[in-house]
Amino acid sequence: MPIDIQIAAADYLRFLPEIILTVFGIVIMMLEAVTPEGSKKSFLGGIAVLGIVLAFVANIGAFTDAGIAFQNMLIVDGYGTFFRGLVLVVGFLCVLASFNYLEREGAQSGEYYALILFSLVGQCILATSNDLIMVFIGLEISSIATYILAGYLRDDRRNNESALKYFLLGSFATAFLLYGIAWTYGLIGSTNLEEIRRVLSVGERPSVLAGLAAALMFVGFGFKVSVVPFQMWAPDVYQGAAAPVSAFMSAGPKAAAFAVFFRVFMTSFRPLNDRWIWLVWGCALATMIIGNFAALLQTNVKRLLGYSSIAHAGYVLVALTASSQIGVAAAMFYLASYALMNIGAFIVISHIAARNERYVKIEDLAGLGRREPATAALLAVFVFSLIGVPLTGGFFGKFYVFQAALSSHLVWLTVLGLVNSAIAAYYYLKIVVAIYMHEPSEAMTALPPPSLGLRVAIWASALGTLFLGIFPGTLLGFASYSAAAFR
Amino acid sequence: MGHVPLSWYLILSAILFALGVAGFVYRKSVITVFMSIELMLNAVNLTFIAFSYELHRIDGHIFSFFVMVVAAAEAAVGLAIILTIFKNRGTLQIDEVDSLKL
Repeated sequence: MPIDIQIAAADYLRFLPEIILTVFGIVIMMLEAVTPEGSKKSFLGGIAVLGIVLAFVANIGAFTDAGIAFQNMLIVDGYGTFFRGLVLVVGFLCVLASFNYLEREGAQSGEYYALILFSLVGQCILATSNDLIMVFIGLEISSIATYILAGYLRDDRRNNESALKYFLLGSFATAFLLYGIAWTYGLIGSTNLEEIRRVLSVGERPSVLAGLAAALMFVGFGFKVSVVPFQMWAPDVYQGAAAPVSAFMSAGPKAAAFAVFFRVFMTSFRPLNDRWIWLVWGCALATMIIGNFAALLQTNVKRLLGYSSIAHAGYVLVALTASSQIGVAAAMFYLASYALMNIGAFIVISHIAARNERYVKIEDLAGLGRREPATAALLAVFVFSLIGVPLTGGFFGKFYVFQAALSSHLVWLTVLGLVNSAIAAYYYLKIVVAIYMHEPSEAMTALPPPSLGLRVAIWASALGTLFLGIFPGTLLGFASYSAAAFR
Repeated sequence: MGHVPLSWYLILSAILFALGVAGFVYRKSVITVFMSIELMLNAVNLTFIAFSYELHRIDGHIFSFFVMVVAAAEAAVGLAIILTIFKNRGTLQIDEVDSLKL
């Protein structure tokens, strides 16, 4: 049977951000090859920044002509545009923060920036995928590039270990996801997300197996977004990888994986809602509790942020448990504010850690308020936002998530979630106390002033965090409008 | 030629997948763990092909090609990571790669 494939010009327009990122990634790798040995290579990062900015513009352009592309494989809607924009902002901030770091570690090279761009391609595809094939391909493009980034400093043992753990558990998760996709395909006869929903909502099919397929996919996504009981890789990986890479991994791939997680479970498996909702309820609660309580014991700031990112994944799952349009909008807002504050915190740590990441303990932050007042104040902003103090994005993120949970009558989950965020305040405040109330130790050498890229990245994250805390309406309005697609 | 029922293929692939999971969890050598993941992916491929044949549709075949291509890319990256581990530590026992702790 010959298949008539027609690709309209509009399809390419809707796919333009991915095309731009891919082209820039390849150009950077080729320029790297022709750049003479020993010359400065940071201009390659500049090209990456340009590519990300252009992709962001193309993303907005694609939204003016929203619709499906490539035979229903991709869908450009408000939701996809939101997450595409979010991962591009994440990539932008991380590239800016990386110049200084790579220079310091003597590892400046084009492949780093190219890998970030390729990873972003995968995340953009994930955000707009409308078919399980695209989900799989997007996830793998994003993951494979990120595995390499996690082990980027080849001679650093911590980097090696981080990459190995990320790679093994990531591939393990992919296999589960794929097995779930295979069963869905076999039971439904299609991999299109809308088609799966249609078949599941009309049929009196043996939906035990369909529930099993959904559960397998839940395991796969659960690993990617570090949900309990699939969270054990996150602290090791974020601790071991280079700090700017940890910033990237904890925000970009996670936001994209959550985007597709929500899209699959709120579209395809919505008819099986009453089966998976209790599973998600339990996982959300366990994720919040284990993330927060394990974080209480940490002394390494990167590891602490790793556990805190698990806890934050739990809050986002609360929004999924609400299983409503309000829940989706709340999760979108939460992920945006989480990305900004978490990247900001990791970037500040990458600056303070100094060469070879020597200073990553909480006690190394002692007296930072006196040594570097500006940086310390910005770190405090990020930490307060992670706690959820009013006037920061983190506050409204939590507020909307728990509001969504309450409107779906999840009273217990809301109460336990709020208790959890109160417990979390303890370990976050340990950081603030170290910054402002402890004397700096003698051994600390003065830090070099942050470079321009680093300053821009930190200030942009901080201003973004505060903006979301003072004017949440703009972003929430767009999120609610986009979430309306999940009927 | 006797017709092999669909359920046999599905049971075989489920067994292969379970073996892969067990190997991943219990084996101690990084290489064996990596092979277990490949076994899981091949179980998935078998499932795809079996369903695709039964449904008389081509897209399951195409999906399994995508899986193979991605598995190859993953193997390239994975073996490179394993190589750097061996270079820096001189061991491939998973229990000995555990310097990141409290």
